[in-house]
Amino acid sequence: MFDVKKYYDVDNLGVALSLLSKEPHLIVIAGGTDVLIKMQHGWNQEETELLGINRIAELKGIRMLDNGDIEIGALCNFNQIEEDATLQENIIPLVEAAASIGGPQIRNVATIGGNICNGVTSADSASTLFAYDAKLKLSTERSERIVPISEFYMGPGKVALESGELLTHIIIPKESYEGYQGRYIKFARRKAMDIATLGVSVNYRIDEASGCFEDLRIGLGVAGPTPLRCIEAEEYARGTKVSEEGIAGIAGKAVLSSHARTSWRASKEYREHLIEELVAEALLSITDGVRGEEDE
Amino acid sequence: MNRMQINFTLNGKDIHLEIEPGETLLEIIRKRLGEIGTKKGCGVGECGACTVLVEGRPVDSCIYLGIWVNGNDVRTVEGLAAKDGNLSEMQEAYIEDGAVQCGFCTPGFLMSATAMKENGRKYTREEVKRALSGNFCRCTGYKKIIEATEKGLKS
Ligand SMILES: Cc1cc2nc3c(=O)[nH]c(=O)nc-3n(C[C@H](O)[C@H](O)[C@H](O)COP(=O)(O)OP(=O)(O)OC[C@H]3O[C@@H](n4cnc5c(N)ncnc54)[C@H](O)[C@@H]3O)c2cc1C
Ligand code: FES
Ligand code: FES
Repeated sequence: MFDVKKYYDVDNLGVALSLLSKEPHLIVIAGGTDVLIKMQHGWNQEETELLGINRIAELKGIRMLDNGDIEIGALCNFNQIEEDATLQENIIPLVEAAASIGGPQIRNVATIGGNICNGVTSADSASTLFAYDAKLKLSTERSERIVPISEFYMGPGKVALESGELLTHIIIPKESYEGYQGRYIKFARRKAMDIATLGVSVNYRIDEASGCFEDLRIGLGVAGPTPLRCIEAEEYARGTKVSEEGIAGIAGKAVLSSHARTSWRASKEYREHLIEELVAEALLSITDGVRGEEDE
Repeated sequence: MNRMQINFTLNGKDIHLEIEPGETLLEIIRKRLGEIGTKKGCGVGECGACTVLVEGRPVDSCIYLGIWVNGNDVRTVEGLAAKDGNLSEMQEAYIEDGAVQCGFCTPGFLMSATAMKENGRKYTREEVKRALSGNFCRCTGYKKIIEATEKGLKS
């Protein structure tokens, strides 16, 4: 039995937002796979009052907007994301990240919105959303704002949600995914039901004429207190030849952006080694047909 | 406490209950309704011993609030056998293949495996393992469970 004093079971976004503005102390619960575990561990007060949002239908869809942007409702669970045709066609790394989460029972319940709002660096969907410059739509009863995901993560477990605010949608702009190939690799000690030791999400676009990377983006999870982008490596990559050597150079630079630290899962040195290895592995795995030899 | 009313079906039977908001589906099934086939292992979503089907999909009932099944169809291991007591094909396969030792994990595995069977897909060995990856067994070493599941899917 969880210590819940009151539960609001809401199926309408407007009602949820107005409740949250009147009673900002309410704790939002979607799939509860983070909230309930924290309560289990004695986090928080007695007398928790929950705002249950998982019946709000308008936050459950995945669709392509008229302008080509892809909009993902905050309440989409990871099974839904793994099986979604639009995402399978356009944003493979997000499908791979979803597939890497928990086991089937968790994926049936855990939402992408909860994954992001929980604010941890190991959230499997986060590094990919960083790597695609995802935007978050945040609403209160009176207003709506769009925040880039890189500005949403403030620190471990801390996100830029203001009082009375809900995450409603995640938007992946068309220019972020069109023409890009990508891959997500989760490194964990076990194949399933494990938190990432490191998460690596890469994507790139090639300039056909020169055989060089035109654009390349790398998002990392568990390489610092929040998910992050490898800016140095990304700058270095632009104009770098798509070759084994070029990729090795990019992977070497990826370590520069990390703030890896030692935890019981892995030491700082081991994590840095993993960053280099996995960035290279991810890029090699999706450039097979397009890699040229270094012509000397 | 703010008590709440819920209506759902458990193994085809209409249930109407007044619950507390913090009650889990697992507690409702075991304590309120006395159906103790569903087990409590870890209590934190890791082991799958508490797996039940909500609208045909497996969830860990230990971290699933009772209020969430309002209006839904819930099934547990007690609902797998036919009315005349005949076991389901999946249950038969588990017995025939010796997939059960202490049996504590078995109801959870059967629910995951039943959801696989009912969605009608074909599963490779790797996909079977993945679909069962949210269920832990301390006794069998999984080989027999995987083989039994494959057999149950075919029969
Ligand atoms: C056994 C187990 C295995 C797991 N494995 C993984 C894994 O492999 N990878 C991984 O990344 N995570 C994993 N998790 C963690 C968890 O399942 C995910 O983070 C999940 O996505 C959280 O979603 P939820 O809907 O359950 O969130 P909830 O627990 O409902 O909410 C999480 C947080 O977000 C807030 N919140 C939720 N939705 C919104 C919204 N729309 N607007 C504003 N705030 C909101 C809540 O207030 C809370 O602070 C695992 C958890 C368990 C129990
Ligand atoms: S008892 Fe529910 S997952 Fe272990
Ligand atoms: S048979 Fe004992 S835990 Fe699986």
